[in-house]
Amino acid sequence: MNLAMKDVRHQWPRFVATGVGLGLLFAIVLAMGGIYRGMVEEAVVLVEKLGADLWVVQRDTRGPFAERSYVPEVLATRARAVPGVRWARAFSTLTLQPVHRGRVLRLTLVGLSWPEDRGASLPLVSGRVLGTAHRELMVDRTLGLALGEALHLGDDTYRIVGLTQGLVSSGGDALAFVSQSDLERIQNHLAPEARRLARVAGAPPMDPGVSAVLVGVAPGASVEEVRARLARWGDVTVHTTGEQKSFLLDGVVDKARRQIGLFRALLALVSGIVVSLVIFNMTVAKTREIALLKLMGARLGLVVGMILQQALLLSLLAYGVALGVSRFAFPHFPRKVVVGPEELLGVFALSVAIALLASLAAIRRALRIPPTTILAG
Amino acid sequence: MHAIEATGLWKTYGKGETEVTALRDVSLRVRGGEVAALLGPSGSGKSTLLTTLGLLLTPDRGQLSLGGEQVVADGRITRDAARLRRERIGFVFQKANLIPFLTALENVLLALEINGLRGREAQARARELLDYLGLGERTAHLPDELSGGQQQRVAIARALAMNPPLVLADEPTAALDSHRSRDVMQLFRRVAHERGTAVVVVTHDHRTLDAFDTVHEMEDGVLRTAPRVPAPSPA
Ligand SMILES: Nc1ncnc2c1ncn2[C@@H]1O[C@H](COP(=O)(O)OP(=O)(O)OP(=O)(O)O)[C@@H](O)[C@H]1O
Ligand SMILES: [Mg+2]
Repeated sequence: MNLAMKDVRHQWPRFVATGVGLGLLFAIVLAMGGIYRGMVEEAVVLVEKLGADLWVVQRDTRGPFAERSYVPEVLATRARAVPGVRWARAFSTLTLQPVHRGRVLRLTLVGLSWPEDRGASLPLVSGRVLGTAHRELMVDRTLGLALGEALHLGDDTYRIVGLTQGLVSSGGDALAFVSQSDLERIQNHLAPEARRLARVAGAPPMDPGVSAVLVGVAPGASVEEVRARLARWGDVTVHTTGEQKSFLLDGVVDKARRQIGLFRALLALVSGIVVSLVIFNMTVAKTREIALLKLMGARLGLVVGMILQQALLLSLLAYGVALGVSRFAFPHFPRKVVVGPEELLGVFALSVAIALLASLAAIRRALRIPPTTILAG
Repeated sequence: MHAIEATGLWKTYGKGETEVTALRDVSLRVRGGEVAALLGPSGSGKSTLLTTLGLLLTPDRGQLSLGGEQVVADGRITRDAARLRRERIGFVFQKANLIPFLTALENVLLALEINGLRGREAQARARELLDYLGLGERTAHLPDELSGGQQQRVAIARALAMNPPLVLADEPTAALDSHRSRDVMQLFRRVAHERGTAVVVVTHDHRTLDAFDTVHEMEDGVLRTAPRVPAPSPA
């Protein structure tokens, strides 16, 4: 006869309610880790998908994701002539908040250098890549728009021809892809004043400029050598993709990581205290039964086992609830939540550890209950 | 050999102003098969004596042997008290003290399981006892689905399940009507006479006195054995 189970069955609604509450707490612990991992993945996803080996950016800057970077577009053409360069293309981003059907969208436009790059490297889930250099747009599905929908950007109306998945900026905004020339058109529309002033001043037509030039190194060529050659140009700084990623993670994610870590530690502590209190109270509520068992001469293992089993059961129930929440609720979170096996294992270990630790106080208490308690009324 | 042989037991609670001496040089012998009554006014030390005999309380001084084995020497318990309680002593109290999340049957099975007895044999023994106590139809009920008297009978079944050589009962019939009280006392007699169990019962109920082989009276911590009451003729 399993006393722990019999007791739980006797008061299952309370037990289950406690388990579910605790499960939500565990789910938050899981989510915290998942949100951090999601942030890391989302922060670097664009850099990874662009597939460049080197990033040519404005001199002494850390690139378009860290600060404002401006290089002449013509550098892309010049870079193609550098030995060891397999391909080079302009890269620009522009964050917009267009109004669509009465709703303000937030998206980051990325220019693709037509015609070499039509978006073939992007993770397309429906539709197609850009078919013309004009008024076509690929967007990430997180924006919530459908294939074929029209979106007004700048002076023109763009048609959504393809939907990608998992492409967001490091700020979590959906990415949208247009040709580089369309991007410039939209940019100019937004800043007509600058253009007009330049014309009035009689200046030669400006190179509209791009944020960076991406370079792919030819197979067999050394990335370091190509980098050195490009860096000799003067006005630019050249970063590897790895550096780009670490800039992103250092800036955006590092503080978040510490913040989230702190928060998780706090949550784990709170969970520990809650489980301890629950287990302790469950034990106190059974004072008479425990006294009776001792009076009947039951071995201490029976009492200790009952407390431990209930603590573990509660923790496992809570873990199960957390698992369920992570499976069914996390995908609906506005930003990506990545819960990997280590994360699951970690929280599992945490829940077991919490159960065991939480039982200590209760067991201590149980061992101190004198069997004569049962005689006092 | 006596089932209980207590000599010179002393017990004092508290210190200074609140000091109460509940046992004063108490000596008591109970043979196997004997049903002994413990009478006395409230606060005279009956429960103290019973819990001392049941190894739930350590006396300050005195010796105690159970079944010929010395278990308290010079006011110190010399054996594994929990083990002696589970193997040799059945307790019944004024309240049934059943485990609320176990059925009547399971409450009885618990006493057997604590002694390592499980399975069919344990089931059969527990059912038989409950049947015998008129609870055959109530084995699957939880304590709060039973009347007070039924609960008390389950508690008695639990105390008798291991067939202990010693049964200690502290006002076991206080919650029962006189009819049921008599039944319980008759049951104790039967167990004592059939199995050779020694039974010590604290009682206030003078109506049941004819069911006892011996009557001991306590007053202010002092025990004295009353003149033997005539044994009743078998019912
Ligand atoms: N744990 C305790 N601490 C201090 N004093 C106690 C304790 N238990 C009992 N006493 C005192 O010891 C004396 C004997 O108590 P005991 O419970 O043995 O009496 P009793 O004969 O069983 O009385 P009743 O018929 O009311 O149950 C009483 O004066 C009581 O106040
Ligand atoms: Mg008493």
